[in-house]
Amino acid sequence: MRDLIFKRLLSVCCILILLISAGMIYSLVSGSIPALSHYGFFQFIGSTEWDPHPERETYGALSFIVGTLLTSFLALIFCIPFSLPVALFTGEFFRGKKIATFISSIIDLLAGIPSIVYGLWGFYTFRPIIIEMGVNSQGFGVLTSSIILAIMIIPYASSLSGEFISMVPNELKEAAYSLGATRYEVIRTVTFPTAGSGVFASYILALGRALGETMAVTMLIGNTNNLPTSLADTGNTMASIIANQFGEADGLKLSSLIAIGLLLFLITAIINLIAKLIIKKLN
Amino acid sequence: MVITNPILQLKKVSISYTPGKNAVEEVSADIAEKKITAIMGPSGCGKSTLLRAINRMHELYPDIKTMGEILLNGKNILKTNPMEVRRMAGMVFQRPNPFPTMSIYDNVIAGYKLNGITLPKQEKDQLVEESLKNVGLWDEVKDSLFKKGTFLSGGQQQRLCIARALSLKPKVLLMDEPTSALDPIATNRIEELLLDLKNEFTILIVTHNMSQAARISDYSMFMYLGHLIEYDETQKMFTNPSDKRTEEYLTGQFG
Ligand SMILES: Nc1ncnc2c1ncn2[C@@H]1O[C@H](COP(=O)(O)OP(=O)(O)OP(=O)(O)O)[C@@H](O)[C@H]1O
Ligand SMILES: [Mg+2]
Repeated sequence: MRDLIFKRLLSVCCILILLISAGMIYSLVSGSIPALSHYGFFQFIGSTEWDPHPERETYGALSFIVGTLLTSFLALIFCIPFSLPVALFTGEFFRGKKIATFISSIIDLLAGIPSIVYGLWGFYTFRPIIIEMGVNSQGFGVLTSSIILAIMIIPYASSLSGEFISMVPNELKEAAYSLGATRYEVIRTVTFPTAGSGVFASYILALGRALGETMAVTMLIGNTNNLPTSLADTGNTMASIIANQFGEADGLKLSSLIAIGLLLFLITAIINLIAKLIIKKLN
Repeated sequence: MVITNPILQLKKVSISYTPGKNAVEEVSADIAEKKITAIMGPSGCGKSTLLRAINRMHELYPDIKTMGEILLNGKNILKTNPMEVRRMAGMVFQRPNPFPTMSIYDNVIAGYKLNGITLPKQEKDQLVEESLKNVGLWDEVKDSLFKKGTFLSGGQQQRLCIARALSLKPKVLLMDEPTSALDPIATNRIEELLLDLKNEFTILIVTHNMSQAARISDYSMFMYLGHLIEYDETQKMFTNPSDKRTEEYLTGQFG
């Protein structure tokens, strides 16, 4: 009897969650229909125009799509030279050792820092360095955001890929050593290729996080509605334009923001799905 | 028993995983060239531990200490570069472990690839064919050389692993229960293969299977609790063992 009640309760909770998710997607879609039908889907995602002037209101998402993809991919590139050594360190060189556990917990701690804190740090500490370096006069922009984003995703990329690296069976490595390989050669020809798709999936998941990251980027990218064409440019990402403008938006503009939200959701969902598929194929 | 011109000499080899506790205790033995020597003994007696000392595998794990001397081809292996030692002493493991990311072809020449040696294509082809023919796998895989090695059956994978070890032309082949994960037919094939291979290679094989030792080996070691209890010609050991414990083990009274 109690089992039955428990089971019922669980099913109700699950169904509730599913309903909430479905509802969210529904409201995203229905909210974006006015903008998408007014401009047409391809016109909307292909235009860099963002003009809220009441008489010639035009909204296009391209600048922000580019802003998001640009900062996220740059962040991914910047994070590799740091997360890969950390992953190797914890997953290969010091696998199972206290020092590896210690480093992993520090890294996990980094993952728990709220993004607003990264934003603050970026704003007050890192931005002056960018100004000092002469990238641009205010220190805001694509480069600044990408670097902060990179720091934010390093924990995800390194702990997950470290896990995959540590999962490479010992017997495989021993087989390579028994053929006279050095440690470097074992890592290059056995560990990496074997853990490769897992490591790749880890980076895709990290990319997924970078894509949706809002607060820190909003504080650092400069919030200008233009297509960024260089690292020094300011711009906006899909998340930051929404965060900046939803408060005073209505009508077509609100619908356009919701449509951008829908697009962002789709992009991150696809990215995560790809990573999950790769990981699933591995197991 | 005296072995003349041994290819491998163990001199008072002791190995410990934890300080003060030896898993292998002062084992001394000379191993005959181009013969099969079997290492037998109950589980946990130190067979694998001893075998893995010969290609300096223990050095991958800093806690493991090896004492004594091992001479391979007259040279102290501890005074030789470990990579070179491992190329001279090929190893085949209990479970077949072809490299899953490599094709059959690449698995065979993995020893060269791993060591950064690039051979001309023609030489590679020849080496692959020769090594696979050596293990009787050539006819079975010659049309699928570029498929992944992991698609083969367990027995084929193990023969691939033997070919991989042989392609480096080692002085000795160290095998740790190479057939224990295989079915009887595959086991039989490997045993026949080993009898063929001993024309060219020295084989040291750990086995739990006494009849296997009796069938294929020329010399046998019996180990117990880390000690080498008896080492003799297989024929002699199986018909007239000199130690009581060997006799008890061989007649199935323990182990
Ligand atoms: N990695 C290890 N760490 C600590 N002790 C170990 C380790 N590997 C083996 N030992 C111990 O060393 C002793 C010898 O082990 P070994 O694996 O050499 O035995 P074996 O004769 O090969 O046994 P089996 O027939 O079961 O393979 C055992 O007492 C075992 O518990
Ligand atoms: Mg063993």
